[in-house]
Amino acid sequence: MIIHIPTPLRAFTGQQESVQVSAGTVSEALEALVSTHAELRNNLFGADGKLRSFVNVYLNEDDIRYLPNKEDSAVKESDEITIIPSIAGGRS
Amino acid sequence: MLRIPFSIYESLRAHGERTYPDECCGVLLGKAIDGTNEVQQTIEAGNTRTDSAHNRYQIAPVELIRIQRQARAAGLDIVGFYHSHPDHPAQWSPTDIAEAHWLGCSYVITRVALGKAEVTNSFLLSGTSEEDKQFTAQPIEILMQETLTV
Repeated sequence: MIIHIPTPLRAFTGQQESVQVSAGTVSEALEALVSTHAELRNNLFGADGKLRSFVNVYLNEDDIRYLPNKEDSAVKESDEITIIPSIAGGRS
Repeated sequence: MLRIPFSIYESLRAHGERTYPDECCGVLLGKAIDGTNEVQQTIEAGNTRTDSAHNRYQIAPVELIRIQRQARAAGLDIVGFYHSHPDHPAQWSPTDIAEAHWLGCSYVITRVALGKAEVTNSFLLSGTSEEDKQFTAQPIEILMQETLTV
């Protein structure tokens, strides 16, 4: 399956826009990604091993936080994962 | 450096005037070439912070996904974002840096005073992680002829 990498994280994937991995769940797919591209781990996961709060992970059209099994959701070879850091701010 | 065609520069400033006194926000699409973020297109986004839109902005992740796909289809990348500071300086705020996570991208801020766009500044989010990220002022080159190198 394909994991789409956002612009700021491509520095850690050799500028690849997407990475192909084999996995049975979203969690396994992300682990496969950071195993191959070790520098990504600190950008995606906190010291507690959980996804950083500003990292959004979508399985096809769905935010995994709102899927019944969250990161343990099963994936198929034809599925796509998209990683998208949040965008926010404001004047104060 | 941020390189941007004049018409696009004007359109993102006008967006801030339209949403005044609320903050506007949008995405800059283009290419990063030799340390320069070259803007070829902007996409206006909705501000989901309707609870405090006068001093906060947020782009819904699902909208970002759509914009990223749109960029990919056009052969472009997300190279930055813009938002407005209504009646406030065009300088990044503690909230802006805390909520900035797109390393290497340009964050463009326009001061909109009493409904009129004034100063526009760009800040590059540099660093390698959340722990060492920082904003640095970034020169803006406005292309009057709209001749990009890509």
